[in-house]
Amino acid sequence: MAGNGEIQWCFSQVKGTSDDDVTEADIISCVEFNHSGELLATGDKGGRVVIFQRDPESKQASPRRGEYNVYSTFQSHEAEFDYLKSLEIEEKINKIRWLKRKNPAHFLLSTNDKTIKLWKVSERDKMIDGYNLKDENGRMKDPTSITTLQVPVLKPMELMVEASPRRIFANAHSYHINSISVNSDQETYLSADDLRINLWHLEITDQSFNIVDIKPTNMEELTEVITAAEFHPSQCNMFVYSSSKGTIRLCDMRSSALCDHHSKLFEEPEDPTSRSFFSEIISSISDVKFSNNGRYMISRDYLSVKVWDLNMDSKPVECYHVHEYLRSKLCSLYENDCIFDKFECCWNGTDSCVITGSYNNFFRVFDRNTKRDVTLEASREIAKARTVLRPRKVGTGGKRKRDEIGVDCLDFSRKILHTAWHPQENIIAVAATNNLYIFQEKL
Amino acid sequence: MSSEEYSESPIKVEKCEENEKKEELRKAELEEEAKLRAKYPQAMRPGGSAFLQKRLHKGQKYFDSGDYNMAKAKSQKARVPAAPIVRESTGDAIPTPDVLPTRKTSLVQSKLATELS
Repeated sequence: MAGNGEIQWCFSQVKGTSDDDVTEADIISCVEFNHSGELLATGDKGGRVVIFQRDPESKQASPRRGEYNVYSTFQSHEAEFDYLKSLEIEEKINKIRWLKRKNPAHFLLSTNDKTIKLWKVSERDKMIDGYNLKDENGRMKDPTSITTLQVPVLKPMELMVEASPRRIFANAHSYHINSISVNSDQETYLSADDLRINLWHLEITDQSFNIVDIKPTNMEELTEVITAAEFHPSQCNMFVYSSSKGTIRLCDMRSSALCDHHSKLFEEPEDPTSRSFFSEIISSISDVKFSNNGRYMISRDYLSVKVWDLNMDSKPVECYHVHEYLRSKLCSLYENDCIFDKFECCWNGTDSCVITGSYNNFFRVFDRNTKRDVTLEASREIAKARTVLRPRKVGTGGKRKRDEIGVDCLDFSRKILHTAWHPQENIIAVAATNNLYIFQEKL
Repeated sequence: MSSEEYSESPIKVEKCEENEKKEELRKAELEEEAKLRAKYPQAMRPGGSAFLQKRLHKGQKYFDSGDYNMAKAKSQKARVPAAPIVRESTGDAIPTPDVLPTRKTSLVQSKLATELS
């Protein structure tokens, strides 16, 4: 895949242990770069958030290296018990979304199935020394022992990164939260569960507006659920939500308070001849993302990534096949529940490429301009600095070409559901179960 | 555009082979459906409300106070040794307070945060 201006990906770093015995809590459940790409946040099943920061030396180096070091880690959510419904609430972090920078501190929203939290991550590198009324240990001094006055001074100290929960947005969702999205106004955000979408103000935790409610009066009439939702990157009144039936609805909050009626419905007409038992399940959209320029959006269903032009709701403008060979495995994928796996997808900074994950720790990168694509693997074998990743291939025919792996040999327990692309550079973060791989463009 | 398996072929042949592949896959999908029907004749219709409602409540672990109290009463009768083996509370084992693993995840730091290299 060298030449033609094609990106050659090489290994940069891998985080996490190479233990074969993976504790459930360590499974990474989301990955997100902040708006500058300086920070990279991960959430896991144990409710913990780990934030990595770009290594400043690696950025200045020539050639530039994409290296990240641990910046901060905290327990975002803990397991809870809903006593009223006798249900356990998992602490797994479903989504993390960064707010845009307004001051030296960093803010992010993290959510589990029921509660959203706003976290402030700030640095402290100075301390105050020379209090008059307190001694070094913070204990109050005996006032009669003080004979002179001193002016407290700022002294440098070892950098401390502190994370504190600033807001807790709870009790607004009866069903499991699958998405959160910050509005371009940076004041409000939405949270979506299977049947409802709520609008919040970042400053207000005891109120939330319901803007979409697709719960039928009679649950027997339930035909689809909400799978993902996102605000438009620049139009603060628009958002989209995807469904389990493969549709995407664009809503305009200016039209009415309750956006149950869409402004636009994006749906590809189904070919009736190709319908099967699995059709609806594999058409379920697991992720939807607006392009950075706000003109397009990508949707991920079980087997493909589709690019939609917001101006055309009749069909997608591009369709990229991720792993068509799985059509011959749908029965077993249904039996082992893999057919319900929720893969995410992501744009690059210039909207020219799309990345998504697959099984066997494979991930796919599609170039929209050249129409070329590549399959790469996140494995410990290539975990050596700047090793160029070799394109991988899944062989479907009877004859197996050299270097190809057969469909039956794929490891369906090693799946890449979460990937992220640096907003400005060609650096990608790939979550492979309990490991976070960082790959970069070979420069 | 589907993954190019025949990147060197002229466009026309490529299209033909592409369509062939599509047909093959469609047939394979229908075969998979037949397999499923044979194994599970009562398989729920996907998209039906029962199917969806099941998915809505998937993974939710319910707590049964009846079972809990019964198990507590039983454990009080037969004095369980002070350091019981912490069994996985699935299947037959009904969890009682002393057997439940404490979910103190806040004390365990993520392995991603321990820099190895």
